Amino acid sequence: MRLLCPICGERDRREFTYRGAAVAQPAPEASAAEWHAYVHLRDNPAGPLEEWWHHQQGCGAWVKLRRDTTTHQMLDPLAGQTPATTAGRT
Amino acid sequence: MRIAGYGSVADARDVSFTFNGRVLRGREGEPLAASLLANGIHLVGRSFKYHRPRGILTAGSEEPNALVTVGEGAAQEPNVRATTLPLREGLVARSQNCWPSVEFDAMAINDLAAPFLGAGFYYKTFMWPASFWEKLYEPLIRRAAGLGALSGAPDDATYEKAFAHCDLLVIGGGPAGLMAALQAARGGADVILCDEDLTPGGRLQSEQEQIDGVPAQQWVDRTIAELDSYDTVRRMPSTTVTGVYDQGTYAALERHHGRGSSAPVACFWRIVAKRAILAAGALERPIAFANNDRPGIMMAGAVRSYLNRWGVACGERVSVFGNNDDAHRTARDLTAAGVHVAAVIDSRHDAPTSTEFRVIRGAQVCNSSGRGRLDAITLRSVAGEEKLQTDCLAMSGGWNPTLHLTCHLNGRPRWQRDIAAFVPQTEGSIGAVPGLEPVGACRGLFTTAQALQDGAEAAQRALEALGKTAVAIDVPQSETDAYRITPLWSVPAHSRAHGKPSGGFAWMQGRAWVDFQNDVTVKDICQAAQENFASVEHMKRYTTQGMATDQGKSSNVLALAVLAEATGQTIAQTGTTTFRPPYVPVPLGAMAAGATGQGYTPRRLLTSHAVAEDRGATMMEVGLWYRAAYFPQQGESNWRQSCDREVGYVRSAVGVTDVSTLGKIDIQGPDAAKLLDFVYVNRFAKLAPGRVRYGLMLREDGFVMDDGTTACLAPDHYVMTTTTAAAGQVMAHLEFVTQVMQPDWQVRISSVTEQWAQFSVAGPQSRALLDGLLDGGFDAADWPFMSCGRVSIGGVAARMFRISFSGEEAYEIAVPARYGESLFTALVAQAEALGGGAYGMEALNVLRLEKGFLTHAEINGTASLHDLGMEGMQKSDRPFVGQVMAARPGLVDKNRGRLVGLKPRDADQKLTAGAHVFDPEDTVERINDQGYVTSVGHSPTLGHMIGLALVSNGLDRIGDPVRVVDHTAGLDVICEITDPVFFDPEGERARG
Repeated sequence: MRLLCPICGERDRREFTYRGAAVAQPAPEASAAEWHAYVHLRDNPAGPLEEWWHHQQGCGAWVKLRRDTTTHQMLDPLAGQTPATTAGRT
Repeated sequence: MRIAGYGSVADARDVSFTFNGRVLRGREGEPLAASLLANGIHLVGRSFKYHRPRGILTAGSEEPNALVTVGEGAAQEPNVRATTLPLREGLVARSQNCWPSVEFDAMAINDLAAPFLGAGFYYKTFMWPASFWEKLYEPLIRRAAGLGALSGAPDDATYEKAFAHCDLLVIGGGPAGLMAALQAARGGADVILCDEDLTPGGRLQSEQEQIDGVPAQQWVDRTIAELDSYDTVRRMPSTTVTGVYDQGTYAALERHHGRGSSAPVACFWRIVAKRAILAAGALERPIAFANNDRPGIMMAGAVRSYLNRWGVACGERVSVFGNNDDAHRTARDLTAAGVHVAAVIDSRHDAPTSTEFRVIRGAQVCNSSGRGRLDAITLRSVAGEEKLQTDCLAMSGGWNPTLHLTCHLNGRPRWQRDIAAFVPQTEGSIGAVPGLEPVGACRGLFTTAQALQDGAEAAQRALEALGKTAVAIDVPQSETDAYRITPLWSVPAHSRAHGKPSGGFAWMQGRAWVDFQNDVTVKDICQAAQENFASVEHMKRYTTQGMATDQGKSSNVLALAVLAEATGQTIAQTGTTTFRPPYVPVPLGAMAAGATGQGYTPRRLLTSHAVAEDRGATMMEVGLWYRAAYFPQQGESNWRQSCDREVGYVRSAVGVTDVSTLGKIDIQGPDAAKLLDFVYVNRFAKLAPGRVRYGLMLREDGFVMDDGTTACLAPDHYVMTTTTAAAGQVMAHLEFVTQVMQPDWQVRISSVTEQWAQFSVAGPQSRALLDGLLDGGFDAADWPFMSCGRVSIGGVAARMFRISFSGEEAYEIAVPARYGESLFTALVAQAEALGGGAYGMEALNVLRLEKGFLTHAEINGTASLHDLGMEGMQKSDRPFVGQVMAARPGLVDKNRGRLVGLKPRDADQKLTAGAHVFDPEDTVERINDQGYVTSVGHSPTLGHMIGLALVSNGLDRIGDPVRVVDHTAGLDVICEITDPVFFDPEGERARG
């Protein structure tokens, strides 16, 4: 599998570490129930899924990618941007 | 038998080789199979299950029968296909699965026992008693069945693996592949052309054809010359693409044959291509009839290959049996070469006739005879049965497109009636490989003209997709003979009119082979259907059809046609089994290339490594790191003596140890303190420059991730240390926090673990050591406990931290890694002058245990702050990672395992890590489990073993007796629960 790192370009998946679904983090003061849902509950869809990948053997960027879990197709690869890169850091 | 004037190796060097101990001669570079046939040898091996004599069926990598073992000793390689192994001087090969010899094989007795060994016999025969399976049945089956064997010695051959990238990957070097590569190269694409064959041309090398009015080989040579003139074209001969993976990633096996002993024998490639064209051609399929596995019965296309390409006639009186026009080519070519053709038996009533040879239309071959080699066939027509003398039968049941790779992403092929074969699904359908286009024979276009045109057009489309400028297509003139076929799958052994023969071995007469390599017959498939293993996937597993090393390349379609007949379904309804990588067997050595021995994992060595080894240190592995466990001295007979002495250095003089394996993360920026406050549970915002603080961090689920110290070097500059075990995890965590959770904070982090060498100097004499070491001496008044700052050592700028992991007054000195070795040497020398010396991991562990300090034996992923007695460290006025989840009632329950110390009631009793804790009154049962021991050590300071444990409600039970049991170590002792801090609970020694 090939993944698009916004800093390094397309790279082999062996350079990446998988974190899982990119679930929005609750606010610090959110309830235990919301935190429980964030930490433990996942949808496991057959189809598009946003995920976090860490370019650990490369530049260290955390990359959010949308992947079709049934075909491994990377959807709208231009969305492969980390908040870090959108925040103007290189 | 060689045919003069035929074959591409006609002027090749004459070499000698050994087969089954016989020294024979052949031509260098031709496949071993061709050399054997030229020497009149058809009998090459014995079959998997029934040990039936087997010969050479094909001329390619799909070969199911002619497997040999090559080489001897460690280099011995089993299951090598004689059809793809190029002959070289001195090659040693032998038959497999036979004893004492391939001509007389004792295990051929299995063939007589065939009624008991049919489909599913494993499941029926070896049911009872269960204990017999392991002791008797399995060893028996393993000895009796099987192919070649490995030597058992380590493989000393060299393998490689590599990555390659290209615009267009062309798979296959036949007419379609060459034309595609040529068109793409002319359009400026970066092309890789992988060809399983050593020489280019594909089937053109095996046929008598003309392209543009010249022999096809001339066109091939011209095309190769042009391809080689582009520096954007990489040709990879002897390279089989074995698998298709996501995003245009292809696996390929490149074999190097006999390039000298030190050269790699194979390279495993990962090729990343923007587009790919599959021009894999087609494979001929056999027809099932009784005794169709006899040596001398071959595929018709293979007989042409041996004749046209290698100049070898497979027999002196050849017959042909087919259901399609292509089979007639074999008879034409043989006749032209002067080889006698006994007859062409064509099952079709409308088959073409010939003036050059006898064609028997509407007839079928229904049996064969001969001992170890074909000598006659029986054919049946409306006129009745006829016996025909022949020493080679060329059969053709039609051609199957080699579409395997198109199915590797779960695609399913579709049935095309006019060619009676499966073809790849159309682009865009479910499971189709994105960017891969099949062309030519592998999508059912069987003429050379179609292949050339299709290859060029596909390349043109690839150029467009790649954004290259297309150039005009210029396809040469070539053969356009249509391929006509009327399906014929299997021939019944006995026609209805003749009835079943009676007497003796009647049941042996009718077996028609489908899967030659796994010994599966028509009867086996029918039996599977009868026993309701009627789906193609069930039939495959029940009969083992297609599950041998050839993955059923020649048998799959035939098998499911037989299954379709048996179940009354169409072939399209029956469907195919799943095609999976690899397309051909890949040696594990090639996949492991470089990753054996020391290459298995990298070794991380400390700057003090060589010095420690010189001092005789015993090394231990800590993750990838190698650390000194202890430094034995003369007169010490076991590690405990060394460890006790080294603990003594630190408690009473001064010890020196390398702590560089701890993760070091440099944190800089105006928001650095905010970051620390956010990841640590305790407060860091007000940490002043020159100060160090101990901190604990949590995972998002509220469990403890790691602990360590962070030093403030300047208001916007910090250095964090992590444990050795969690260095990678903490770094990834901080990356996630800074990039994803708090992307707006002005802070940068960088791992500097390998940039700094860091040593601990610990013990009451540490001041004296520093006074002699630091430029300008040392004044303890400037260095209160938990302070840090810059120092100079021999003119080298260094950092010093007054922190302690031993409970003694201690300093950690960090220098750029290039000074590590010399600083360690100097520190040890100074320590020894003060009555101390170097200490290793064993002593370090005892020292921290005596103080109840944590490691990842305690921070084990299931421990909460509360469990470790650290809940009081949490700040309440600011958020930190894991805060909400750490407060869950389940994580602060006092009946969870809480960190305590353990000491045995009898001072000479042992303890083990992993032992479980029980109340002394309770029985030792899981339900009574009260917790477990996390780490133990012998404390020379206290004179007995000590341990840390996580014990239910432990902190309320200090002073209570518990029973500590470890069945694996035969340990059952009474201990007392103590405070986790065994030594100097007030911490006065460290504060000094």
